[in-house]
Amino acid sequence: MSGKEPVAVVGIGQTHHAAARRDVSLPGLVREAARRALDDAELTWADVDAVVLGKAPDFFEGVMMPELYLADALGASGKPVLRVHTAGSVGGSTALVAANLVAARVQRTVLALAFEKQSESNAMWGLSLPVPFQQPLLAGAGGFFAPHVRAYIRRTGAPADTGVLVAHKDRGNALKNPYAHLHEHGLTLEKVRASPMLWDPIRYSETCPSSDGACALVLTDRAGAARSPHPPAWVHGGAMRSEPTLFAGKDFVSPRAGRDCAAEVYRQAGITDPRREIDTAELYVPFSWYEPMWLENLGFAVEGEGWKLTASGATALGGELPVNPSGGVLSTNPIGASGLIRFAEAALQVRGRAGAHQVEGAAKALGHAYGGGAQFFSMWLVGSRPPTS
Amino acid sequence: MTGPSRPGPAAAREVAIVAFAQTRHRRATPELSEAEMLLPVLSEALDQAGLRPGEADFTCSGSSDYLAGRPFSFTMTLDTVGAWPPVAESHVEMDGAWALHEAWVKILTGEADTALVYAHGTSSSGDLRDVLTRQLDPYCTAPLWPDPVALAALQAQALIDAGETDEDALARIAARSRTAAEANPYAPLSGPVPAGDYVVRPLRAGDCPPVGDGAAAVVLAAGDTARRMRARPAWIRGMDHRVEPHALGVRDLTDSVSTRLAAERAGAFDAPVDTAELHAPFTSQEVVLRKALRLDDGVVVNPSGGPLAANPVMAAGLIRLGEAAARVHRGESDRALAHATSGPCLQQNLVAVLEGPERPARQERGPRS
Amino acid sequence: MPDVLTAPLVVEFPFTRSLGPVLSAFLTGLRERVVLGIRTHDGRVLVPPAEYDPDTGEELHALVRTAATGTVTTWAWNPAPRRGQPLATPFAWVLVRLDGADTALLHALDAPGPDAVRTGLRVRVRWAPRRTGAITDIACFEPCPPGTAPPAGPPVPHDGVFTDPVTTLTAPARLDYTYTPGRALGRHLDALAERRITGERCPSCRKVYVPPRGACPTCAVATREQVEVGPRGTVTTFCVVNIKARNAGNAALDVPYVYAHIALDGAGLALHGRIAGIPCDQVRMGLRVEPVWTEGARHPDHYRPTGEPDAAYDTYKELL
Repeated sequence: MSGKEPVAVVGIGQTHHAAARRDVSLPGLVREAARRALDDAELTWADVDAVVLGKAPDFFEGVMMPELYLADALGASGKPVLRVHTAGSVGGSTALVAANLVAARVQRTVLALAFEKQSESNAMWGLSLPVPFQQPLLAGAGGFFAPHVRAYIRRTGAPADTGVLVAHKDRGNALKNPYAHLHEHGLTLEKVRASPMLWDPIRYSETCPSSDGACALVLTDRAGAARSPHPPAWVHGGAMRSEPTLFAGKDFVSPRAGRDCAAEVYRQAGITDPRREIDTAELYVPFSWYEPMWLENLGFAVEGEGWKLTASGATALGGELPVNPSGGVLSTNPIGASGLIRFAEAALQVRGRAGAHQVEGAAKALGHAYGGGAQFFSMWLVGSRPPTS
Repeated sequence: MTGPSRPGPAAAREVAIVAFAQTRHRRATPELSEAEMLLPVLSEALDQAGLRPGEADFTCSGSSDYLAGRPFSFTMTLDTVGAWPPVAESHVEMDGAWALHEAWVKILTGEADTALVYAHGTSSSGDLRDVLTRQLDPYCTAPLWPDPVALAALQAQALIDAGETDEDALARIAARSRTAAEANPYAPLSGPVPAGDYVVRPLRAGDCPPVGDGAAAVVLAAGDTARRMRARPAWIRGMDHRVEPHALGVRDLTDSVSTRLAAERAGAFDAPVDTAELHAPFTSQEVVLRKALRLDDGVVVNPSGGPLAANPVMAAGLIRLGEAAARVHRGESDRALAHATSGPCLQQNLVAVLEGPERPARQERGPRS
Repeated sequence: MPDVLTAPLVVEFPFTRSLGPVLSAFLTGLRERVVLGIRTHDGRVLVPPAEYDPDTGEELHALVRTAATGTVTTWAWNPAPRRGQPLATPFAWVLVRLDGADTALLHALDAPGPDAVRTGLRVRVRWAPRRTGAITDIACFEPCPPGTAPPAGPPVPHDGVFTDPVTTLTAPARLDYTYTPGRALGRHLDALAERRITGERCPSCRKVYVPPRGACPTCAVATREQVEVGPRGTVTTFCVVNIKARNAGNAALDVPYVYAHIALDGAGLALHGRIAGIPCDQVRMGLRVEPVWTEGARHPDHYRPTGEPDAAYDTYKELL
């Protein structure tokens, strides 16, 4: 026995996402996703060896360390439960921590689940409780990101319409995804362009919603994959990278932690030309402009030219590199789960089970999440075939 | 409670605790930010291992936003790690003992040879007895604001009713712990401590842990790297953690089935241990843990004084692993058990077995991939 | 210990909890003085009910009605009730196994003193006079009067249907904290009170951190050397805020306004502030600004143009 155990995704489930899922309790919400993932894998609660739970700040629901309360709701009685919190990247980290349990042969079958029920409080409140002596954020969530977008535009000379294209595309893709929160029928480029400019240069239709939702994956080893009723997705590479929140010389437009994280994933997966070798990518794009920014950060476009890839239509469903065929964070954003949804959607694509938003013949897909002050990154690359090394 | 009956992971890679540092825990630390509290502790642990900041292959921390009273409180502590160039890093919203478990798994995958694990908690920021009520079932329990002393007292009374202990025996546990802590410069509560009045009967002040602030850090390393860093590494021979249903009313409070299961999986019962560091914040919980772990009077329990002498919440479990390892490092233990807990009345438990002596046939798996 | 800066910090929110079918039935039942449990597949009755079997995770649906009397399985005397707890006078915490249930419910027991409480004590629900569909609709338990007989027969099935069911629970939760910024940030805040903006220089990389956090985040060494920066600086990037968002801290500001990153002269990174004294559409990257202080505020109210020529992009492109 040498090297890591190959890790397969054999079950994927998510809730229907909405601004407020008033029909379910917290246990009901997480169980809805977990049951769908188990059903997909044709497994029962008893088949799961361990649970890894991820979410963003506990203040969102007002339950401290909710893995304790939710342990038995997730069938974890007598099992290990680990709770991950790495800010916005937590969904991705949750999948990777679960995958490592399998890769290290510590567990065979692990349920990775991430959720957020933001309607129990208020997202803005939960994200930025007032701190004495400090100036309040002054601008709201979009105000944190918009200056970085302006910096990107200054650096690259990207046309002002770039973000509009992304928002229109992602919201259009969401119409093909029955689980997505926003289903904006009849949204035209003109309507996006005409939507209110909230945090110039970011328009209303270029911002993510606040959602209730959960997502779950069943990860297993080679033997578990052999029993899978549907084709598994195989993990070819996975990595996390962090850099400090604020520091002299930080590049908010293209953080080095993101570049390094992608480089490590590509190294593990043997990817040398991501643009050609990767068939589709689910990127954490909470504001439209982050698509071109991440395209550069992740090596899909050379620096300064991410917007050209977007403008060319390459990132549309049916394009050369579809980005966010699910509709992305712009259409669904239960914060703690948003990263895991990216990872799950990448896996759905290579399993050929993405339904109406399937990228034809997708064999390799990237899932990407980030959080904090663009400082925490987690990514994985999944494939339809087992890794060769 | 049925778990799959499969043996734990094959010891594919040897991993050891090679360094441990902690703060002098205090009732309050108003003059220190999170970063200012952690920086000296991380420096000390890294120095012991001969690592520079940012040099560990993996970093993992444990802390709680609810304890700090602010969201994303862990992001500030990243300032102390030297995360530039960027580092492979993760965080659990749990006691640092679980961060150590995540780091151990990371090393087992072969993706890392060394890991820095740290945790901190500033219980003085809020009122711990109120804050911890927010861990409870938010529909049927938390609205009643039952505090952790009350819940522990319900467990203690169940033990007394079952004839497993009495108030005098609990007082002896308290006295033994604080006498042991006289040799622990980091513990704020040591020496003769009066039993005091009932806080929640049957638990008196003396049965309860001190409330305070503190931090701890541990360095893990694999195989020959560990041997280079420390003459006598504390080898992790097994580690496992298990959780039980949340509601107290569905559990047998006089037992800890999750501790026993974790101990079995960690191999704790394969051979006797000479030392145990137990994360039992209340005297009565030591009674439960001794039974679940089958510790007889020959085992030295909580030679550091344990959480009854120093209990920085979110770090106290990691400190058990660190204290056990430090005894192995010093040659005072050959085989030690370390335990950490989380949740009301020992809901979730982690057990690790640490050994000093080398195993005859070393099975260091090949070089890092 | 030198004087350290501290301030009270209240974390409070009225959380709105949607209940789902089982908790909705249970809490609505309490409003109607009905205690519901749920039966597991192996025949046990859980009170309070859950949507799932706590041991197996299996879905549960079979609601049953149990009695409002039961037996204490363990207890603890609480001589000093705390904020939010069910009774304001000394009481016993109890786990009560209601007649017909196999698990115990946590609540308070009103009793004259610890001598009146024991494990095995027979108790009954004391209903709150005003009930809303919450666990506190059980005001507490009280000892059964002598001679009270246990109810006959097992719990009976219940459809969980009530008129006007409770579907959400509003759970106000207040926690009181003391905020302490620490040594480095405390010094910075003290200096602000004198209208000076100070940072700390890293002894290793020599960068100046404003505000300082006590450690250089890239070098992981303590910072001590005090450096005064500004007061002038350069707008490195910005956005125009056109919206007032709930909980965003900008309720008192008129929109639109400019929210900017400002690199004060001598600082190694930008801080955030508002730009005023110039129309929004004339704010630009590279604009030179200075702080404007107002009486009684610790931080500059905003920054205004100095009239200097704009800074060249290359001088601040690392400070966005």
